[in-house]
Amino acid sequence: MINFFEVYETKDMIESENLDVRTITMGINLMDCADEDVNAFNEKIYNKITTYAKDLVKVGESISKEYGVPIVNKRISVTPIALAASSCKTKDYVSIAKTLDRAAETVGVNFIGGFSALVSKGMTPSDEMLIRSIPEALASTKHVCSSVNVGSTRSGVNMDAVKLIGEIILETAEATKEADSIGCARFVVFTNAPDDNPFMAGAFHGVTEADVVINVGVSGPGVVLRAVEKCRGESLEVLSETIKKVAFKITRVGQMVAKEAARRLNVPFGIIDLSLAPTPAIGDSIADILCEMGLEYVGAPGTTAALAMLNDSVKKGGAMASSNVGGLSGAFIPVSEDQGMINAVKVGALSIEKLEAMTCVCSVGLDMIAIPGSTKATTIAGIIADEMAIGMINQKTTAVRIIPVIGKDVGDIVEFGGLLGYAPIMPVNNFDCSKFINRGGKIPAPIHSFKN
Amino acid sequence: MKKGIITVIGKDTVGIIANTCTYLADHNINILDISQTIVEDYFNMMMIVDLTSNLESIEAHVDNLAKLGESIGVIIKLQLEDIFNEMHRI
Repeated sequence: MINFFEVYETKDMIESENLDVRTITMGINLMDCADEDVNAFNEKIYNKITTYAKDLVKVGESISKEYGVPIVNKRISVTPIALAASSCKTKDYVSIAKTLDRAAETVGVNFIGGFSALVSKGMTPSDEMLIRSIPEALASTKHVCSSVNVGSTRSGVNMDAVKLIGEIILETAEATKEADSIGCARFVVFTNAPDDNPFMAGAFHGVTEADVVINVGVSGPGVVLRAVEKCRGESLEVLSETIKKVAFKITRVGQMVAKEAARRLNVPFGIIDLSLAPTPAIGDSIADILCEMGLEYVGAPGTTAALAMLNDSVKKGGAMASSNVGGLSGAFIPVSEDQGMINAVKVGALSIEKLEAMTCVCSVGLDMIAIPGSTKATTIAGIIADEMAIGMINQKTTAVRIIPVIGKDVGDIVEFGGLLGYAPIMPVNNFDCSKFINRGGKIPAPIHSFKN
Repeated sequence: MKKGIITVIGKDTVGIIANTCTYLADHNINILDISQTIVEDYFNMMMIVDLTSNLESIEAHVDNLAKLGESIGVIIKLQLEDIFNEMHRI
């Protein structure tokens, strides 16, 4: 039978170390809603989403209460709209984004992901229409998240799409400039995007998935931090073992919540995403873990090595705790959502270039980075291209969620609010890359894609 | 059997166990095990209870016990036992 010590260990994790289930995300297939008439399509997707997800929030809240573990977000991901809506005869997809927004309001979720396109090898007219709709779609909605997959290890990087995305990000920033360009915080560009990611802004319901599925993202940087604190002065092997053990415990909670949610909603369980996801709350920081491992600030030499070990240990511990692992599964290193990262930027310890190096060893990429609004579209495209190349060559998911804040410059602070946090504007290397970006075309598939 | 774990933490005072147990008896919730310590005036109790006949009203019991705790100056929390088993037992 469970003992006193174990009960209090779990209670401490939840009550003082911020252990929570970060999100229960219901993936919903919209392919069967296809229609030539965009209004009919909108009606079908609204009905399908609000029928399938009608109990999602209620079930999430019941589980949270009965087990005494916070479930922070209840969310929905849908089939990439560029696919589901490709037969619609319309001039843009903004009305579809508004429909998704309305459906999200109706069922009470805070984000709905899947205003997305998969263009790693080429763009269909529907893909291009979706991408060109992004600025207005994000400016006119509150809950819709958008993503575009522009590359993969199998097919290379679509540089035409990267160039276009650079422009689209600036347009989105301009369209939401009254709110510090926050529209860009709901848009992410990927290489090797997973089909079953429960985390926003990059969640969509992949075409290989079942009709409906429950994916769960766990969290718990605070729990890992406390465990690492207990190993001061110990060797890295001891540290790694300790992290594995707590990662196992954290993930077991996620697995239990996922199975229970799937059972109560009568929906198949998909995957657990083993990511350490920080929040702006004090003590809920990935950067603090890295500092506790022995760095003065994140960004100091040794940061990439420490992060690599942290990420790998979390995966090793978590893998055994869950029957199905998927999604992004790694440590997130968003800047604005992590107080330790913000501090490192403020003192000048952390640059975009160091963050880029860190993304080679963890999920997911350059995340929630605010840059000057005056940055050129080709420079943004260049930053994206670098990150996509890392993912393509290293057979991993990489992503960029970057926010050029219109009217602000290096030294200013931008406030996004809530889980999105706040961020100092980071300097960008402004040496020109426009001739490279303007070449267009694609980076061919790398040699190690030829595996057959 | 569906079991729940009740934890009670707070400054020691008269009637903590009596109040908690009365609530449980009133709602036909059987206590399977109690362990309790007092460290520097702080009262710490853990109960394992049988919720099998109360499965529909667990959420209400969570709220009611929390309110009861407030009224006597302690923190009372009811959680399903599964979360502890999942975390600590392979």
